[in-house]
Amino acid sequence: MAIRVQREDFNVSSEVDALTGERTDIGAVVTFVGRVRAANEGREIASLTLEHYPGMTEAELERIEAKAMARWPLQASLVVHRIGDFVPGDNLVLVVTASAHRQAAFEAAGFLMDYLKTRAPFWKKETDPEGNSTWVDARLGDETAADRWGSG
Amino acid sequence: MSEALERPVRLLYFAWVRERVGCGSEEVSLPSSVATVADLVDWLKTRGPEFSQAFERSELVRAAVDKAHVKPDASISGAREIAFFPPVTGG
Repeated sequence: MAIRVQREDFNVSSEVDALTGERTDIGAVVTFVGRVRAANEGREIASLTLEHYPGMTEAELERIEAKAMARWPLQASLVVHRIGDFVPGDNLVLVVTASAHRQAAFEAAGFLMDYLKTRAPFWKKETDPEGNSTWVDARLGDETAADRWGSG
Repeated sequence: MSEALERPVRLLYFAWVRERVGCGSEEVSLPSSVATVADLVDWLKTRGPEFSQAFERSELVRAAVDKAHVKPDASISGAREIAFFPPVTGG
């Protein structure tokens, strides 16, 4: 039950350790890490900049997380999204879900990512090796993926 | 009803909307005839070529009132902060 927006990288295993601690009621932990690819829709990517809407980003991530908590029996969850300038291979986003059983953890992690991609106010700008920058277009497939969860 | 004439509100712009408008935030006084997000977009488009260009295809611009997503027909009555931005691309 935590969300963070930060410039710094994250360490998956220490985040999981911090989230689960000494608890013995967690039987399943799912982690998702989103990373920067070197190519997007046929374009080569040299660097990527993430802009966001301070204040709304946190509010929206909290709303998304609350929906997941209401829908699945989660013992713990964490969403970390980075902002700033990145190169291919960098970590961008981390989602961790913990539950007694795997199904809730798997489904909630998918839900959190689908909703994050269509609701959280982040915008990516890509720069190719020649220095040309373009804002990334939203993908219709992301809307479709979020719609599969119903109105949430 | 002294506030019926004009009311101050903070406007924010992000990503390519910000680049086209030429600023990230501003304070404006809105006439009382501007009641919804769609009204506000129409009003903004009258402010100059950078605004008419940024909102030329208004279906590509999303809005938030006081940090929550809204549709174009949403009321902006009592709003303190209204943001315009492209569809989000995080994750």
